[in-house]
Amino acid sequence: MHLRFLRASLLVALLMALLTAVGSPAHAADAPCAKPPKRDDDTIHVQGCLRDLRGNGDKPVPGVTITVSDTEGNPLVEGTTDETGLFDLALPGTVLDVLGTTVVVTIDTDTLPEGTALQNPEQKKLVAEINTESDQYFTFPIDDAPKVASKWDQAIDLLAGGLVFSLLLAMAALGLSLIYGTTGLTNFAHGELITFGALVAYLVDQLSGEITLFGANVTVVTGVLAALVFGGLFGWAQDRALWRPLRHRGTGLIAMMVVSIGLSIFLRNVFQYVMGADAKQYSQYATPTPFTLGPIELTPKEVVVAAAALVVLVITILALRYTRLGKATRAVADNPPLAASTGINVDRVISVVWILGAGLAGLSGVLLGLTQGFDFQLGFKILLLVFAAVTLGGLGTIWGALVGSLIIGMFIEVSTLWLPVELKFVGALVVLIAVLLVRPQGILGKAQRIG
Amino acid sequence: MDWQSIISDSLQQALGPDAIVFALAAIGLNMHFGYTGLLNFGQAGFMAVGAYTMASFVATWGLSLWLGLATALLFAVVLALFLGVPTLRLRADYLAIVTIAAAEIIRQTVGSVTLQKWFGGQDGLQTFNAAFRRLNPFSSSQGIPGVVEWRPYDFWVVVVGWTVVALACLLTFLLVRSPWGRVLRSIREDEDAVRSLGKNVYGYKMQSLIIGGLFGAAAGILMALQKQAFNPSLFATDTTFFAYTCLLLGGAARVMGPVLGSILFWFLINFLDGFFAQATDPANGPLIPSWLMDANQASLVRFIVMGLALMLLMIFRPQGILGDRRELAIDAR
Repeated sequence: MHLRFLRASLLVALLMALLTAVGSPAHAADAPCAKPPKRDDDTIHVQGCLRDLRGNGDKPVPGVTITVSDTEGNPLVEGTTDETGLFDLALPGTVLDVLGTTVVVTIDTDTLPEGTALQNPEQKKLVAEINTESDQYFTFPIDDAPKVASKWDQAIDLLAGGLVFSLLLAMAALGLSLIYGTTGLTNFAHGELITFGALVAYLVDQLSGEITLFGANVTVVTGVLAALVFGGLFGWAQDRALWRPLRHRGTGLIAMMVVSIGLSIFLRNVFQYVMGADAKQYSQYATPTPFTLGPIELTPKEVVVAAAALVVLVITILALRYTRLGKATRAVADNPPLAASTGINVDRVISVVWILGAGLAGLSGVLLGLTQGFDFQLGFKILLLVFAAVTLGGLGTIWGALVGSLIIGMFIEVSTLWLPVELKFVGALVVLIAVLLVRPQGILGKAQRIG
Repeated sequence: MDWQSIISDSLQQALGPDAIVFALAAIGLNMHFGYTGLLNFGQAGFMAVGAYTMASFVATWGLSLWLGLATALLFAVVLALFLGVPTLRLRADYLAIVTIAAAEIIRQTVGSVTLQKWFGGQDGLQTFNAAFRRLNPFSSSQGIPGVVEWRPYDFWVVVVGWTVVALACLLTFLLVRSPWGRVLRSIREDEDAVRSLGKNVYGYKMQSLIIGGLFGAAAGILMALQKQAFNPSLFATDTTFFAYTCLLLGGAARVMGPVLGSILFWFLINFLDGFFAQATDPANGPLIPSWLMDANQASLVRFIVMGLALMLLMIFRPQGILGDRRELAIDAR
């Protein structure tokens, strides 16, 4: 009884904490910086205001030493911030002396209060050329001191982030692999199916205003569902209008691959025509405070996105394994003529595969867009990673697509421990080539498939 | 609407450096895809190796341009070997995925901040072409006034470029008519039959990959010399796709196919660009209302049309303009 009460009150407290964390926009601001005193003399001052922005707050940072020097490093004037965080240092000499010179403003980070640091640790110096007669204003944003995490902790945190990306990659890869498995098409326009999902959700988000259901704002949820549904429809339409006629007239696989390249260029530029070249974000794209679990730091959004992806993947795999249609799909993938001779309607199965594959791709697109924003190249940029995942795991196999995605997604994140961030995709592609050298059929592929 | 300027601008590009560079790249792809049936989707990678090796020799290490040019070709051979060894024994689509991945690896590596001191990051390389510029015999603009006209340096590049293209065509012509070329074409048609005749299919494919890659590197070298300053974005995946479009438009497995295709491709691209730029220009009305298309969107129409054209071409006329449908049954092996 006691225990239950305790638990309930804990829960209430937790909820309250969550609500206040989400509800209140910022802590009450402390006294703002004092206005520098008005003067009417022939000098130029270097001024600025140091504020402690930790936890969305805005507190003054007193007692920090600021040095102004010339470009050769000779100090001109030095001072500390007052109790409101203001520093106001007069440059020696008259306005005419100072005009045209360049000053370097340096902050002494050792005098910062405990637990704080510069938002940009590299930026201890600000350089400015004085070319107007007015006072010069400088600011150094101050925020949390970076936590020094061990390599291990970093690796675990990165693995968690990589897992989220892997799951999204896996949905796209599963779609590609299913379509490849049943039709033999290496679809270079698969990236555009991904972008299409993100775009549909964005249009829903922009056009409909706020959609509420029982008082809750479900605009983005509606957008996600729309991406799944319209993505599937788009895939179905593509198959009916383009790929099925091509299959029926016996177009070769390489010719179809080239057609898909044309389609990719076409769709990508149509997307840019519609939405412009700049990156887009959804209206409910907020960055709430991440929660931490040991060394792992994830935003609630990432957790929701990963959970949704996981559920969809599990349902898809179970459906492929146990439903009649799923078994028919695998039969067609194994041997289309044999499947047809047992009474399976191959065209209908391929239609379903296109709906499923394109729907999964669209869903992965909108979820990717939710976690990182998106532009018209979202899918094209990760297309190679999707290919890498599918090839690495084994072309045309369901588990292969998943295993490949996990390896690629994790590798991309964890490799940033020792690779520069900008080269993380490069690392994944090198892994792809290396694995193909040793095991060309991929990790789970059957040797006969590559004949 | 100023038709004369649209057409003369388009002609300028169709006969100018862009068409030359893509003709050379497509001649390389013709060797790979047209004659041997190899799907090299990494031609942009060969171009990048050519351009970056040559330019970095001068701009980064202060060595001779000509030494850089020779090394660039050598590195293209190395890249071909590196790509060919793991993939040429596999089915065609594996080579496609590995080459496209390799081209991206090259582009993102030379564009990285980490290697900026060597390759200039996203700004790329410049000031490397002085030795080539000194050889320029032209001192005034050349061309037909009012129709096409090039500045002296551009005309020098055009002359050198078309000479290289002509030599490449001649070389291709001689190679594919030789017994060696017949083996290549039979590999394209039926690899197993060739193997049963005791030919080393793997070796022939590798030779084809190397020769086509050399043409690709030459295209990159010419592109670098012409632009005088270049950055990694010129070697994106789309560059390879555009070269394929040139090849398929002109006709694969035809010596002059890539050249004709490239000229037509650049004429059409620039014609569409010029046309829609003028049609959306407020000075002309605009002909197309701005709610339907603004100036930014006008620049996209050419790529939309190009993508559509590539699809339709592949569906309805896969042999292109010059090709022979019976000879080229494009299919996977």
